[in-house]
Amino acid sequence: MTYAVECKNISKHFGKTTALSHINLNMEKDKIYGLLGRNGAGKSTLLNIVTAQTFPDDGEVKIFGESPYENGRALRNICIVKENGMFLKDVSVTGALDIASSFYNNWDKKLAERLLIEFQLDKRKTYRNLSLGMKSQLGIIVGLASRAPITIFDEPYIGLDAAGRQLFYDVLIEDYMENPRTIILSTHLIDEVSNLLEDVIILNKGEVMLEGNSEDIKNKAFYIRGTKDRVEKHISGKKVLSKEEFGNTMAVAIFDSISDNEIRAMELDDLAISSIPLQQLFIFLTGGKMIKRGDINE
Amino acid sequence: MKLPLDENKLIYMQIAEAIEDAVISGELSEGDQVYSTNQFARLYGINPATAAKGINLLVEEGILFKRRGIGMFVAEGARNMIISKRKKQFIEDHISKLIREAEKLNITKEDLIDIIRNYEGGDK
Repeated sequence: MTYAVECKNISKHFGKTTALSHINLNMEKDKIYGLLGRNGAGKSTLLNIVTAQTFPDDGEVKIFGESPYENGRALRNICIVKENGMFLKDVSVTGALDIASSFYNNWDKKLAERLLIEFQLDKRKTYRNLSLGMKSQLGIIVGLASRAPITIFDEPYIGLDAAGRQLFYDVLIEDYMENPRTIILSTHLIDEVSNLLEDVIILNKGEVMLEGNSEDIKNKAFYIRGTKDRVEKHISGKKVLSKEEFGNTMAVAIFDSISDNEIRAMELDDLAISSIPLQQLFIFLTGGKMIKRGDINE
Repeated sequence: MKLPLDENKLIYMQIAEAIEDAVISGELSEGDQVYSTNQFARLYGINPATAAKGINLLVEEGILFKRRGIGMFVAEGARNMIISKRKKQFIEDHISKLIREAEKLNITKEDLIDIIRNYEGGDK
């Protein structure tokens, strides 16, 4: 199987700092991925390597089976939208879209025009005169209209308001269904995007901490609450992320699979069970406590 | 507008339950075509693969069936299947909880049955 993006044992150092350490990842064609990680986790470095803007110290990247370095054909398959602009300061919005349209083979002019209207973005403005939010709008238009087989959004919405972000999510999912492609969303707004993601990759301190189908991950993350002795009885042997006690009550967050029978037994003991939303799980996993990869991935 | 989802539950389970509810209420009859994966994705603002997972769960249970190239349909006997499944769940979840809570409050089974019999409201 040819993957859209293949990372083999990638490492990258900046001076004495290790930005990425032995990253192995395969991303499939036509899936939406969420790339999550705290500040400094290595997300942007990884994306810069995938898009051939930085060399790794070690390891290998492949885009649809080819190395992207000095490979125009491979690079035309990738569109990356970053938070800090990508256009020459004196180019107008129209000019920027023209440049993008000449680069991407699948450019959808109609979609770009529709989004200009929906975002109410003034086509004649030059890039330097755009507000932060407007620059984000332009980036999003380029990313969506590029229809690139691999489209990457790296924190694309600095300064963009909630309505603008919702418009982005709505158009993203709608256009993805009509024109499936590999989409990588790197973001801190996990609550807002979690329902859009098919797979999740969590980077922590330069390493892949967790990867998998987002519903499967959610199906292993539970809050359990009840009287202390009963909670302890049922969670023995399970991987516990967090534990809190107040009086005789105990609330725990666990990251482990629970069978239907176990759930039933917990309910018979009056324990309350609910799923942990992805954003909260992310905070538990990356919140500073040392959890090694081996502790959470079997 | 997007329909709301409960973030404490798995999304694909909620999609499956929404379809089951529509069959129980009669909104969807046996033989009717069900919303497509893409329509569910649009309606809830979710990844189409997640919507497909919910639909496939019901295909596996025989509640929906696929007509190649056309879409998903409600199977014959689906309503009874869902109702007997839900009845089982109802007994396991609600009745057992009810009895345990009653025991805590020193309500005997006989008293509980009387309470249910005399309960105002809820009768058809």
